[in-house]
Amino acid sequence: MEEKTKIEIRDVSKVFGKNPKKVLKLLDEGLSKAEILERTGHNVGLYKLNFEIRSGEIFVIMGLSGSGKSTLLRCINRLIEPTTGEIRIDGDDVIKMKPENLRKLRRNKLGMVFQNFGLLPHRSVIDNVAYGLEVRGIEKEQRYEKALEAIENVGLKGHEDSDISQLSGGMQQRVGLARALATDPDILLMDEAFSALDPLIRSEMQDELLALQDRMQKTIVFVSHDLDEALKLGDRILLMNEGKAVQIGTAEEILTNPADDYVAKFVAGVDRSKVLLAEAVMKRPDPVISINSSLKVAVQLMKKHGISSIYVVDRNKILKGFVTIDKAIDGIKENKKIENVMSEDVHKTAPDTPLNELIPIIESHSPLAVVDEKDKLIGVVVRGSVLGALAMED
Amino acid sequence: MVFEIPHIPLGDGVEVIVEWIEQNLGFLLDLFTAIMNILISGIRDVLFLFPPVVFILIVTAIAYFIGRRDAKLAIGVAFALVLLESMRLWAISMQTLSLVLAAALVALVIAIPIGIIAAKNETLLYIIRPILDFMQTMPSFVYLIPAVIFFGLGNVPGLVATIVFAMPPPIRLTILGIQHVPKELKEVGDAFGSTPMQKLMKIEIPSAMPSIMAGVNQCIMLSLSMVVIAAMIGAPGLGYQVLAAIQRIDIGSGFEAGLGIVIIAMVLDRLTQSLTPKR
Repeated sequence: MEEKTKIEIRDVSKVFGKNPKKVLKLLDEGLSKAEILERTGHNVGLYKLNFEIRSGEIFVIMGLSGSGKSTLLRCINRLIEPTTGEIRIDGDDVIKMKPENLRKLRRNKLGMVFQNFGLLPHRSVIDNVAYGLEVRGIEKEQRYEKALEAIENVGLKGHEDSDISQLSGGMQQRVGLARALATDPDILLMDEAFSALDPLIRSEMQDELLALQDRMQKTIVFVSHDLDEALKLGDRILLMNEGKAVQIGTAEEILTNPADDYVAKFVAGVDRSKVLLAEAVMKRPDPVISINSSLKVAVQLMKKHGISSIYVVDRNKILKGFVTIDKAIDGIKENKKIENVMSEDVHKTAPDTPLNELIPIIESHSPLAVVDEKDKLIGVVVRGSVLGALAMED
Repeated sequence: MVFEIPHIPLGDGVEVIVEWIEQNLGFLLDLFTAIMNILISGIRDVLFLFPPVVFILIVTAIAYFIGRRDAKLAIGVAFALVLLESMRLWAISMQTLSLVLAAALVALVIAIPIGIIAAKNETLLYIIRPILDFMQTMPSFVYLIPAVIFFGLGNVPGLVATIVFAMPPPIRLTILGIQHVPKELKEVGDAFGSTPMQKLMKIEIPSAMPSIMAGVNQCIMLSLSMVVIAAMIGAPGLGYQVLAAIQRIDIGSGFEAGLGIVIIAMVLDRLTQSLTPKR
């Protein structure tokens, strides 16, 4: 569905220094970043990056400081000019744009949130938020209206006339977020947006960003050095090291299948129970019994598989309940149908529930049915597989 | 001696240039003199518009409001100005003040744009740095000589010498302010699609304001000190009274005029400082 490409990065490299093209050749010959710095004094920012960012996803660019992640983000809106390569937004190459078109793109399609908030200290909250609308030449009344909307959206209603210096760090970054949202851009570029906040506020802001994203469906490119943050926010994550892409994938892919030692080391400290989802450890729901079958078939199936209960589904695999073997045998004697003896009190969970939320439930209710939003049975989680997945950590 | 370094008659060269300008660009100098005279007399007329008591009240009210309703500044200003009038130095002080304001105005109108451009243009910065050093360290009396040759005696040569002398600090502080605008704020300007002019007017200048205002303050202070020296070439005002007192060894009159200068300096300094935005 939402697989449409929004931003395309093709062969993007960036070398800082006086003669970047020459240095690129050295890179092609296989010299490392450190060797190049020593030999030529040039700093390699990015090297041959190729990937797409999809419309409507949160794409996290993650790496340690000096990995090139902020440089990459700034190439997307050309605050930094890449040395070579193409960056296409909705098909148009940003790098080849004339200044006028670039300005138009930045005004209409791109919003940016900065690490240290980047607020203008001489302006009130609302005039900060309205900045993007102001440079577009929108009349004061109209831009205040839109700015107020954005301020409400980030939960700062009532603070619009405050001085920036009166606000806490968390509130200041809400202003930064509101400013980026006020112009209603397709794409939000967020540069370590929450790194300057203390951990509790950071976590709160992450939750709010996710809630906002549910409502707005922007394409968000989020730079972070914090793996937990990346795993929490990212639909997909790009891991960078020394200006190169090391791995691109979902949080689970990166955790369960690290591309190399660097990634493996990187993810070693992660609490897997927060990241692994029910769908990663569930098994095929086999066997199940159709609600139209007889109790005799149910008892046979249970005996054959050596189980004491069985899930009951309808023709469309919608979960209806479960039957225990004792009740089924009693029911046969009284000539009852499945729906008369089955229990509808099934413990269910969604496929995207993280394991840490499953653990307390599964202690007393194993197995657990995994159902999609239409109640269709798609899997079963048993206690053993949850514990097994968590034990892989060591 | 064979190895003697030859004497370069640099001074003679400067004299030739000054003479050439005077002879060939006389009409421009006359035009400039006329414009400056209009400026000075215009400002003086405004200053003399009100009787001293009314003027004192007005300035006190201004001090009260720009001082963020701090009564201390207003009271101090009122007291200082009353003292000025009670020494019967009002008229002569207003003459000095009109020269100071005219010189500072012209100096700032030139200096701030130069500072902004130089902050963004390496080549210009490279060129004006030594010129600024020259302007600031050359003894101020030296400016008076060509000023007299070009503009005769009176207000205008004093004004010109003052402008030259008072320009370097606001240029330097404007450069400093613009260069020190945080990188992130400049990125904000670009990221939201500002034109270079929007970025300058809405982000860089407001952000550099404390530094620019410090330059304005310095410029006014230097103007005042130079206007006093300009009395030597016939600029009227408190400086002239100091000069006369020295020639007549009149301690009392010299002290009063000197105190008058101090009062004007302090009032101007406090007023411009409280205009500076606080962070």
